[in-house]
Amino acid sequence: MNFDYSEEQQLLADSIRNFLAKNYTFEARKAIIESAAGYSDQVWATFAEMGLLGLPFAGEYGGFGGNAVDLMVVMEAIGEGLVVEPYLATVGLGGQFIARGGTEAQKKAILPALVEGKLRLAFAQTERGARYNLAHVAVRAKKYGTGHVIDGEKCVVIHGPCADKLVVSARTSGNDTDPKGISLFLVDRNAPGVSLKTYRTVDNLRAADIHFAGTAVPAGGLISKEGEALPLIEEVVDYATALLGSEAVGALKYANDATLEYLKTRKQFGAPIGTFQALQHRMVDMVITYEQAKSMACLACVKVDSAAAAERKRIVSAAKIKIADACRHVSQESVQLHGGMGMSEELKVSHTFRRLTTIAQTFGDADHHLERFAACE
Amino acid sequence: MDLNYSPEELAFRDEVHAWLQANLPDDLSEKVANYQELEKDDHTRWHKTLAQKGWVAPEWPVEWGGKDWTVVQRYIFEEECGFAGCPSLMPFGLKMCAPVLFRFGSEAQKQRFLPRIYNGDDFWCQGYSEPGSGSDLASLKTSAVREGDYYIVNGQKIWTTLAQFADWIFCLVRTDANTGKKQQGISFLLMDMKTPGITIRPLILMDGRHEVNEVFFDDVKVPAENLVHKEGDGWTVAKYLLGYERMGTGQVGVSKRELTKLKALASQQMKDGKPLIDDPRFRDKLSRVEVELMALEITNLRFLDQLRSGRAPGAEVSLLKIRGTEIQQTLTELMVQAVGPLAQPFKPIDAADFDQFAATLTPRYCNYRKTTIYAGSNEIQRNIIAKMSLGL
Repeated sequence: MNFDYSEEQQLLADSIRNFLAKNYTFEARKAIIESAAGYSDQVWATFAEMGLLGLPFAGEYGGFGGNAVDLMVVMEAIGEGLVVEPYLATVGLGGQFIARGGTEAQKKAILPALVEGKLRLAFAQTERGARYNLAHVAVRAKKYGTGHVIDGEKCVVIHGPCADKLVVSARTSGNDTDPKGISLFLVDRNAPGVSLKTYRTVDNLRAADIHFAGTAVPAGGLISKEGEALPLIEEVVDYATALLGSEAVGALKYANDATLEYLKTRKQFGAPIGTFQALQHRMVDMVITYEQAKSMACLACVKVDSAAAAERKRIVSAAKIKIADACRHVSQESVQLHGGMGMSEELKVSHTFRRLTTIAQTFGDADHHLERFAACE
Repeated sequence: MDLNYSPEELAFRDEVHAWLQANLPDDLSEKVANYQELEKDDHTRWHKTLAQKGWVAPEWPVEWGGKDWTVVQRYIFEEECGFAGCPSLMPFGLKMCAPVLFRFGSEAQKQRFLPRIYNGDDFWCQGYSEPGSGSDLASLKTSAVREGDYYIVNGQKIWTTLAQFADWIFCLVRTDANTGKKQQGISFLLMDMKTPGITIRPLILMDGRHEVNEVFFDDVKVPAENLVHKEGDGWTVAKYLLGYERMGTGQVGVSKRELTKLKALASQQMKDGKPLIDDPRFRDKLSRVEVELMALEITNLRFLDQLRSGRAPGAEVSLLKIRGTEIQQTLTELMVQAVGPLAQPFKPIDAADFDQFAATLTPRYCNYRKTTIYAGSNEIQRNIIAKMSLGL
């Protein structure tokens, strides 16, 4: 048993933190989210140079063969800095489908370019009415020649607007919620028949509802076996959920640090408000919540790569329950303890509030995972 | 990062597990499993069994019978004992008085008391709280006045756990009432419970059991050699001891066992023809406490890992106390909920087939309200974290 980061992991953590401290200040981030693209090419190129984009991928594709624990330090830093670049969408989701389920040709075509920062991915899965049910896929793909044609609509595709290619789940057989009959396709975002309705999310990411109208996918675009993609989708989404837990830990840490600092500096009734016991105890509870959430994020990242499917689901759901509760508790308290200032767009704490609020819901809220956790027994 | 136990640690766990299986008497484990009251002899019997094996005080120095185990081994041992349903060892001698004697006791005091504590020859209790001094412990008033080779003690202690079994009591007493600060002028005194002038009055708690007492001191003559550390500097000793008192309050192993029992109970209880455990409203509460316990276990291990690299335990012990006790209380509460209306019967008057087990559940829920109050209430623990760890 050992909870330390290795020397390499520690070095990586230091270099990301240094980079973000210098180049990803709150002001710099503000400029990025207001830019046309909503992310920074320069930051993305630096992530590639630092080796962050290749971290989990095999050496033959230019990566470093890292596990989920290696990515924890990256995700924590991303959470703390409220980084809006499509790291999780590309490295934690899209790239994982290729690395785990792709053909050799797909890996060669996608992964080296991804690692070099030349290709971004997004996962088009959610549909209206599906909530968090990964088996709810109504978008259809029909055989057409040697390939397929996709029809239907996906919604809230995070980082869809900046993705070069989309990983799209579509049904090749069965009814809308049948676990069997779901397939995955690699689709050019600019392919004919793909149209995007783009928007900003509440936490300042870019996303899109994506309509597919007779979108042709050649034979080489099928990822994994036709009709049998659900286990792979579950595996990759669990992996991304574990990583998202670490992102939450970083954001929770920021919220707590900022709130503690505020308690020590803000004065009312002639004293720092941190001298009031009513506020001290609430701050302590935020710290306890953080420590418990961090423990579960560690557990999820350690187990997500190695555990068998049933155990993996149980642990990831347990972690997401705790993370979702922690996001809600700490975000709400951090705003309350900041008073009126916590409401302001001008303070990072209000942006952290919004990010934590969406993390709580992403890949399933606490209620969804309570149900899955119980079903795993 | 690696959350798995090493092969050596796993072998150790198996060794402890196998030994407990072979040596924990059935009547004791049944009493614990059925939440029955333990007699003095039950406590002593298990203490002596562990002492014979050499496992009763692994954290003590090796020359006094300690085991030189790593922090992880100690944790494994505690967890296995908890999960197996061993009677909990009374901490007052082993984990409270003994660490104080190692740190502050004279050589003569060590020789006189430690072997008897180790072997379970003396049953100890703790004289800290007073009617007017609960969380504000330093305001205590029980006085000890030096007269020749003796201290004359007058006053009263309260909430004294199992004083009715005790051979000895360690007490905080005031030896100087005229100091500037209330923390000064306190001394740490050991007293033989048979000394004339000591009277015990049982305090029956709302679960109907006799667990705590009031202890009255009326001109009790205590030999001066029973003073530990310097006269007037007992607060140093008190603070040192409180850190130890909180160490064992996480109780992950015990809570895991209780969770298993709760699941079994909720699987037997039926609601509308289906097991209660499948009722979504009940199930969500159960899952939440299970997840909270998983998180506490990992948090506990993370802190142990830090201790292993040589850091002293700090305010994180308070975190474990807060969450650990909250989990224990939730588990008792869900047990009561699980049996529904059957949680109301308490004591049979004229009932042949009385469900003794169900009748223990509400009293146990009542009893466990103590956990967030004792060993420094959870509010005091929050004060400690705010001050020591957050600098507020």
